[in-house]
Amino acid sequence: MLKIRIIPCLDVDAGRVVKGINFLSLRDAGDPVEQAKAYSNQGADEITFLDITATHQKRKPMIDVIAKTAEKCFVPLTVGGGVKNILDIKEFLLAGADKVSINSAAIKNPSLINDSAKKFGNQCIVVAIDAKKKSKNWNVFINGGRVDTGIDAISWAKNIEKRGAGEILLTSMDRDGTKSGFDLELTSKISSSVNIPVVASGGVGSLRDFFDGIKFGGASAVLAASVFHFKELTIKQVKSYLKSKNINVRIDNLG
Amino acid sequence: MKNVLIIDYGAGNLKSVHNAVKVVSDKQDCKILVSSSIEDLRKSTHIILPGVGAFESCLNGLKKTKIRSCLEEMVLEKKKPFLGICVGMQMLATKGFENGEFPGLDWIGGEVKKINNQNNNLKIPHMGWNTLKFLNETSFTKRLLKKMKVANLNDLSAYFVHSYNFKNKNANEKVITTRYGEEITAMVSKENIIGTQFHPEKSHYFGLAFLKTFLEQV
Repeated sequence: MLKIRIIPCLDVDAGRVVKGINFLSLRDAGDPVEQAKAYSNQGADEITFLDITATHQKRKPMIDVIAKTAEKCFVPLTVGGGVKNILDIKEFLLAGADKVSINSAAIKNPSLINDSAKKFGNQCIVVAIDAKKKSKNWNVFINGGRVDTGIDAISWAKNIEKRGAGEILLTSMDRDGTKSGFDLELTSKISSSVNIPVVASGGVGSLRDFFDGIKFGGASAVLAASVFHFKELTIKQVKSYLKSKNINVRIDNLG
Repeated sequence: MKNVLIIDYGAGNLKSVHNAVKVVSDKQDCKILVSSSIEDLRKSTHIILPGVGAFESCLNGLKKTKIRSCLEEMVLEKKKPFLGICVGMQMLATKGFENGEFPGLDWIGGEVKKINNQNNNLKIPHMGWNTLKFLNETSFTKRLLKKMKVANLNDLSAYFVHSYNFKNKNANEKVITTRYGEEITAMVSKENIIGTQFHPEKSHYFGLAFLKTFLEQV
C-alpha cells in the first residue's frame, strides 16, 4: 500500500536553515547539509529544500549548498526557490535534486510548467502555491509571499494540473509558522479539485495536526519545518502516532 | 577493479544515482563514470541506465548518443550486469504507450501502459513509498535478503514515482511487484539484466543495499 509521506522542509536563506512566522521574522535553525542527513536517517520520506529569498533577492539559488545536501540525502530531494527557466531546473537536477519546485516563475510564465514537464517528466515538476485567505476564497501569492497575484488558488491548482505538473506543494500563508494546524478547508478543496498529489504545508504544531492534514485535508504528504527543526517532535514520533491512528506510514526499522 | 557506467543521455537524475553508487561502492576498487561514450561503455563492468522523463524522449535521447548497438553488444552478448531504473526499466520493454505507441529496446518482453486511475480515485503519478511483494526468488533477491537482515522481505518498501506500468509478457521475469489500484511491476529480471520501477538511489537503506547487491554481481 502507498504510504503517506512525512516531509521535513529546509527553508534556506544565505546557506543556513531558517524558520519564520507568516513568512517573516526568520530564525536560524542550522546547517542544511547536516539536517538533511539527520532527517533522512531518522526516516523522513522525502526532503524539501527551499531557497526562500532567491527570487526576492533576484539572485541564483545556491547550487553548491544544494549539491552538498544531495550527497547526504538518499531519499527524494525537492529543491525550489529562484527558478526562472528550464536552465535553472536542469541546473538543480544536475546538482542532485530529484524534483524541482517552481512558484513565482510559474505564475509569470505558465508555459514553463508545460515545457519543463515535457522535458523532465511530470513527476519532476512540483508547483508550489502560497495561498492566503481573501474573504471566501484564497489568493495565490508570489515572491516569497510578498506579492498578491489576485489569482484564485483553486482555479490555479486545476490549471497547474492541466499543464502537466506532477505535484502541488500547498502552503497556507495564514498558518505558516503559527503551529495552529493546516488550513484544512483550503487543503481539502485543492486536494479534491485535482488528481495529482498535494503536499500540505504551513501550520503544523502538534501530532494531531499531521493526522488532520491527511484525514480531513486529503493530503498525500505532509510537510513541516519548525516542529522538526526545533526538535519539538521527531519524525519517529509522528510516524508512530499516525500508525496508531491507522494511517499507513513507512516504519521499516532498517537504520 | 570495477567500472560502473551511469549512462548519460541528457535526462534523468544522474547525480542522485551517482551519489548513491558512490556511497555503497568500495572506493579503492571502483570507478564511477557518468558518460555516453562508446569507449567508456566498452571499459565498463557494470552498466546503469537511469530514467526520468517520458518513454519516447528517453529512447530518443539514447538514440542520439549512438550507443544503442554497443550497449546491446555489452549487455546481450557480453552479459555485463545491467540495471535500468524507472523509465530506464520501462525502455527494456517491447513497446511503450506514453504519448503514442513506440518500440522499446525489447530486451524483456512486455508493454508499458498508463496506470488505471480507478475512475479518478487514484492520484497519478504513483508517488511515494510503497510495500514490495517478492514473487520470484532469484540469486539477486537471495543476496539482497541476506543484507537486509529481515525475516520477511515483504515488510520492505521502496520509493516510486511514475505514471506508467510495465506489463510483463513472461510472468517469470517479474520478480517484485507492488499495488496501486492494480498490480504494479516493481522489478524485472532476466539473466544479467535487472530493472526497477522504484528508485533504489532514493530508497534509503533498502535502496542502498539493493545497489550494493548490484555492484557485487559478476
